[in-house]
Amino acid sequence: MIKVLLARLQQGHRTICFPKADPGLPERFRGRPILNPVKCTADCKECIDRCPTDALKKDADGLALDLGRCLFCGQCAGDCSGGAIEFSRDYRLAARSRTDLIVRGREMRLAEALNRETKSVLGRSLKLRQVCAGGCNACEADTNVLSTVVYDLGRFGVQFVASPRHADGLLITGPVTRNMKLALEKTYDAVPDPKIVIAVGACAISGGPYIDLPAVHNGADAVVPVDLYVPGCPPHPLTILDGLLRLLGKVK
Amino acid sequence: MHDILSVSVYNGEAIDLQKIPQLSIAEFRNSVIDAVSSGKRIASLFAAPSSSLQLSLYAVLADDDAGKLFILSSEVSDKYPSLTPDCPQAHLFEREIAEQWAVVPQGHPWLKPVRFHPSYVADRDAWDRKSDEQIIPSVMDFFRVDGDQVHEVAVGPVHAGIIEPGHFRFQCHGENVLNLEISLGYQHRGIERALAGGPDKRTLHYVETAAGDTTIGHTTAYCQLIESLSGDTISPRAQSLRGMALELERLANHAGDLGALAGDVGYLPTSSFCGRIRGDFLNMTALICGSRFGRGQIVPGGVGFDMTVQCSDILAERLAHSMKDLTVAANLLWNTPSVLGRFENTGTVQTQVCRELGMVGVAARACGVQTDCRFNFPAGIYRFAQIHVSTSNTGDVFARAFVRWLEVQRSIAFIRDQLEALPEGRIRTETKPLSAQKLAVSMVEGWRGEICHVGLTGPDGSLCHYKIVDPSFHNWTGLAMALRGQQISDFPLCNKSFNLSYCGHDL
Repeated sequence: MIKVLLARLQQGHRTICFPKADPGLPERFRGRPILNPVKCTADCKECIDRCPTDALKKDADGLALDLGRCLFCGQCAGDCSGGAIEFSRDYRLAARSRTDLIVRGREMRLAEALNRETKSVLGRSLKLRQVCAGGCNACEADTNVLSTVVYDLGRFGVQFVASPRHADGLLITGPVTRNMKLALEKTYDAVPDPKIVIAVGACAISGGPYIDLPAVHNGADAVVPVDLYVPGCPPHPLTILDGLLRLLGKVK
Repeated sequence: MHDILSVSVYNGEAIDLQKIPQLSIAEFRNSVIDAVSSGKRIASLFAAPSSSLQLSLYAVLADDDAGKLFILSSEVSDKYPSLTPDCPQAHLFEREIAEQWAVVPQGHPWLKPVRFHPSYVADRDAWDRKSDEQIIPSVMDFFRVDGDQVHEVAVGPVHAGIIEPGHFRFQCHGENVLNLEISLGYQHRGIERALAGGPDKRTLHYVETAAGDTTIGHTTAYCQLIESLSGDTISPRAQSLRGMALELERLANHAGDLGALAGDVGYLPTSSFCGRIRGDFLNMTALICGSRFGRGQIVPGGVGFDMTVQCSDILAERLAHSMKDLTVAANLLWNTPSVLGRFENTGTVQTQVCRELGMVGVAARACGVQTDCRFNFPAGIYRFAQIHVSTSNTGDVFARAFVRWLEVQRSIAFIRDQLEALPEGRIRTETKPLSAQKLAVSMVEGWRGEICHVGLTGPDGSLCHYKIVDPSFHNWTGLAMALRGQQISDFPLCNKSFNLSYCGHDL
């Protein structure tokens, strides 16, 4: 027993002071992309052609980047000789609607809290059932990590539970493979009302790298209604945590 | 009879398709069976369309002692005599070939779908299912045990934790498991089919997410393969950086597994410490390339991000800290009788069973089998900086945990050595176009075990067929065997001790 106590002392206190403290993200971390339309040359579409998931588009209003499709590979920023696209170190990316994920400039509209009624039921205690529907185990791993001592999700009243019947909502990862559609539907049906759905990662939002492959459904909202989108491939644990807390109105 | 030993390649070497021995199916079958009975392993066995509207079967046989890979081929149409009755490690490969190409391995004792997708060949199916028939995963004949007090337990696809989906069917007598049958395919995204015709702008991203926790392992295998087909050599600096990324990936996952194993026996101190230490290693990968999973680091021609002096110093310091923390956390396991009592003699796989099934990686080394691509089939930096093979010999949960701990120590030492003597030079070179009509094999020792990629190029130099064998593909049956005679309550512990990939199997 004394060895365990000594080990405990040696390991120290490791829980981060979120959201107050500096998250300490590495210099090369690729967070929210910032577009500078002024620097974008009218007839150049190098970034659009080379984007692996066609996340970039150019229309009458200029260049637009869909965070729901973006893999944060940084290819476009590297390709753009004019410097119209750069990736900031801002980890805050979650949004309530698909259209809010379209970035055109410096800002984006981050997720707002649930409506008052739902928040009064789920705001202080949110139990989630995670469903992996074709995820590659990266989004899953960085969701799982929220329950470690570093992020200590429980202190915010959020917890992952084993049964959908004990849950207030689903957190879905993966593009929803054809073989997981039925299981996802059944799991969703088993969650009692009122319930919410959170789509984590490019796959769950749009299909990600698997967009339009015959074996997948291009994301969770092809099957169930989604209340929160958390972009990334995979999203950083802080991105997911920030999204959850915004939804609950604990971060504004 | 052809001498199959006449044509071999080294890991990361390409060969002209024409030089691959073309055998009759009887010769092919006998050659594979003979080779496996003399100690070689099936690294890959697959079918690909050949020019004459037929299919070619390809076998890649690994000779661990000689470090060579033997490649054989034979033409088949819609059926051939199954290898499995005489060579059990062919069993899942043959089921896969049947499912993909509607070729029936006649006499296969266990011919069931692997991933529950329609066949690649229009209007043909190994089980005579109609083309419009909906295929529902895990709807098939499971092995059943009948008798008084025998009962069946079905688990999944949706499991109790944050974990990928799969279906497990136990035949139990009381608490004891008589048989476990594992039925996967829920994660099937169709990656191999999508890779054919490439490389294109999505190719690298498919490979990065083939098994997302093994991004470095799979992308290294892919890039090695591309470089062997294009004839490019990457710089010593890039080789070293690739090796460091691979070992960091191993460290993160092994640390996480040690913690999860502790959690599964209810030993919370190590569980809690290692959950955090795993993240420390992931953050080291992010320090180098910005992504905790190494996305963007391994690219054809080298690596995406260089190691600055400042980065190297921070990494060395963090490694030292994490090693200290992990040593304390792991030693708690080995010094706690209640942990050892649950680890020892649980989920034992006999060495002979391990060899017969062709198991790889940590699970095989825990059975005393000396197999490790870094040592047996060294490529890249591992040709210059050798890592000894870590083995244990009890084949149980303890052995699988202890091998991880041994490997952690060697990976740390490897990274330290590399940081101290990092070669100067460029980190990336432009790759040339791929040579036409070639086959290349590339193997990498990922943290789970041997990752084998095989690529074939067509007349225009594009990839006409791509085959990925994740170590999980070899090892899932090992988990089923480990459960025989165990209490069903030990399933989570046994499962975690293998910690296999669902999407790597289902691709």
